Amino acid sequence: MTSNMQFYPIGERAIVVKFGSELNENTYEAVTSLSKSLKQKPIRGTIEIVPTFTTVTIYYDPIAVLNSNQLKTKGNLNNQLTRSPYKIMHSILQERISNMEARPLAEYRTIKIPVCYEGDFAPDLDYVAAHNKLKKEKVIQIHTEGDYLVYMLGFAPGFPYMGGMSSEIATPRRKKPRSLVSSGSVGIAGEQTGIYSIDSPGGWQIIGRTPFKLFKPKEEQPTLFQAGDRIQFYPISLEEYAEIEEKQK
Amino acid sequence: MSLKILKQGLLTTVQDLGRYGFQKYGVVASGVMDHFAARVANLLVHNEENAAVMEMTMIGPSLQFQEDVLISICGGDLSASIDGVVVPLWRSMMVRSGSVLRFGSAKSGCRAYLAVAGGISVEKVMGSSSTYLRASIGGFQGRALKQGDVISVNQVDPTWQQKANFLMQRNPSKSFIPFSWYISEHSLPVYRSNVMIRIMRGREFEYFQEESKDHLLNDTFTIHPQSDRMAYRITGPQIKLKSQLNMISEAVTMGTIQVPPDGSPRILLADRQTTGGYPRIAQVVSIDLPLIAQLKPGDTIMFQEISLEEAEMLYMQLEKDLSVLKKIIQERWIRGH
Repeated sequence: MTSNMQFYPIGERAIVVKFGSELNENTYEAVTSLSKSLKQKPIRGTIEIVPTFTTVTIYYDPIAVLNSNQLKTKGNLNNQLTRSPYKIMHSILQERISNMEARPLAEYRTIKIPVCYEGDFAPDLDYVAAHNKLKKEKVIQIHTEGDYLVYMLGFAPGFPYMGGMSSEIATPRRKKPRSLVSSGSVGIAGEQTGIYSIDSPGGWQIIGRTPFKLFKPKEEQPTLFQAGDRIQFYPISLEEYAEIEEKQK
Repeated sequence: MSLKILKQGLLTTVQDLGRYGFQKYGVVASGVMDHFAARVANLLVHNEENAAVMEMTMIGPSLQFQEDVLISICGGDLSASIDGVVVPLWRSMMVRSGSVLRFGSAKSGCRAYLAVAGGISVEKVMGSSSTYLRASIGGFQGRALKQGDVISVNQVDPTWQQKANFLMQRNPSKSFIPFSWYISEHSLPVYRSNVMIRIMRGREFEYFQEESKDHLLNDTFTIHPQSDRMAYRITGPQIKLKSQLNMISEAVTMGTIQVPPDGSPRILLADRQTTGGYPRIAQVVSIDLPLIAQLKPGDTIMFQEISLEEAEMLYMQLEKDLSVLKKIIQERWIRGH
């Protein structure tokens, strides 16, 4: 699991553990296990932990790391290294990871997301269908049959980077990005599918929209998704969209 | 206590030191651009370093104080005056109720910070008072301040207020009274329009052409008008990869220098996204980030490489200096102004 593992700094206040340069279940498992371990038993001085596809980044307060972890590195071969917060973090993480058990992905949530693939909500559905020489209905069918894994959140608050879309409906980004894509818009970019979590400019091909709110800044869990969630889409009509939207208010 | 915005500036937002703990959900950290100036501004009015301040950009707002209040203005020199009299920067001062703070042209730097004793009071979102404009969250109603806004300030310690009142009564004719002590010039940054910035090699440094690496470390780059709180675009010689690189998004942070395919590096700043997929040629050391935050479009920048160990030492030295400063200010406080 950890054979290709690398460590590197981003600035003097963060260390990255990289488990590989390819996205696959093994690297993803390692990312998940380390994130979980660091959440359950944080290294002293940690500010926050950010998992991505193949890495875990730990942001820390260098002074707190230095002040609270000195003892741990006393036994190290090279005592001179202990004034570097990065090196302290590095050695603690190495030890942590070597004691980490490789385990298959634990239980996960499946979240079902209603999507209206109609009318103004789906301005690029025709294009996606034509590009893949499919009927619109077939595009919707393929999109709703997929079982998607949320690898990470990024790009915008609550925006899920998902894996698992069928290459049968893969479509390149729009040549001319839109200056405004509404939140809830479901799009395709290359072999990825995603959901815009806030209103923003964007170049993804938009094939539908969900009435669900992905970003809820005033709630304790501010995003609908978390890394590791599984997502399934199901189609709804314009009327159902309006109903669900109304209920959320 | 409150402040009323009489005239909005170019871009005035409420910020603290940033929103942390939510980057894993894609939530942008935001916070002040110039951490040094904001932290010192807060120390000077006896606030926590992380208290909410007003960040003013290039053209500051005009605002009126609705009660007697202790303030400080730190950072760039945007020609601040109160009721027509020039006010000193980096200094604690009492301001009389009803007086009006105005700003003129930017003489040096780009961003100034107004700290008010007690701290600006806004509803915290995800634990922070920082405004993130793109998602309309935090700060004052998730937006920049505009004319007519009335901004609340938290209550201050009553013993404090007594001292302040005494000071005001002794100087009845003045709109503001700077304290007699101030921070020595030697401890303050000098904001130039051409700066030397220290960097460390970025993760993908080796993937760039030799010529491009030389350019980065030896040539001058200019701040492009397409620069904001999210990132500064810098232009100069084209920076190119040896060959195309397929990258999967990884975490980026304040000061990360990414190079998109157009060959113009971007220095990621306060409103950076949490992750990025462009190759990272360098990372600005923390201690020099405030100097970048104070650059305007047209200003120039050169880079000098240092090691991680050196950067860490500089970081610790700065934190030590700030804690000494904090102690000295606190002693001043106890002794009276």
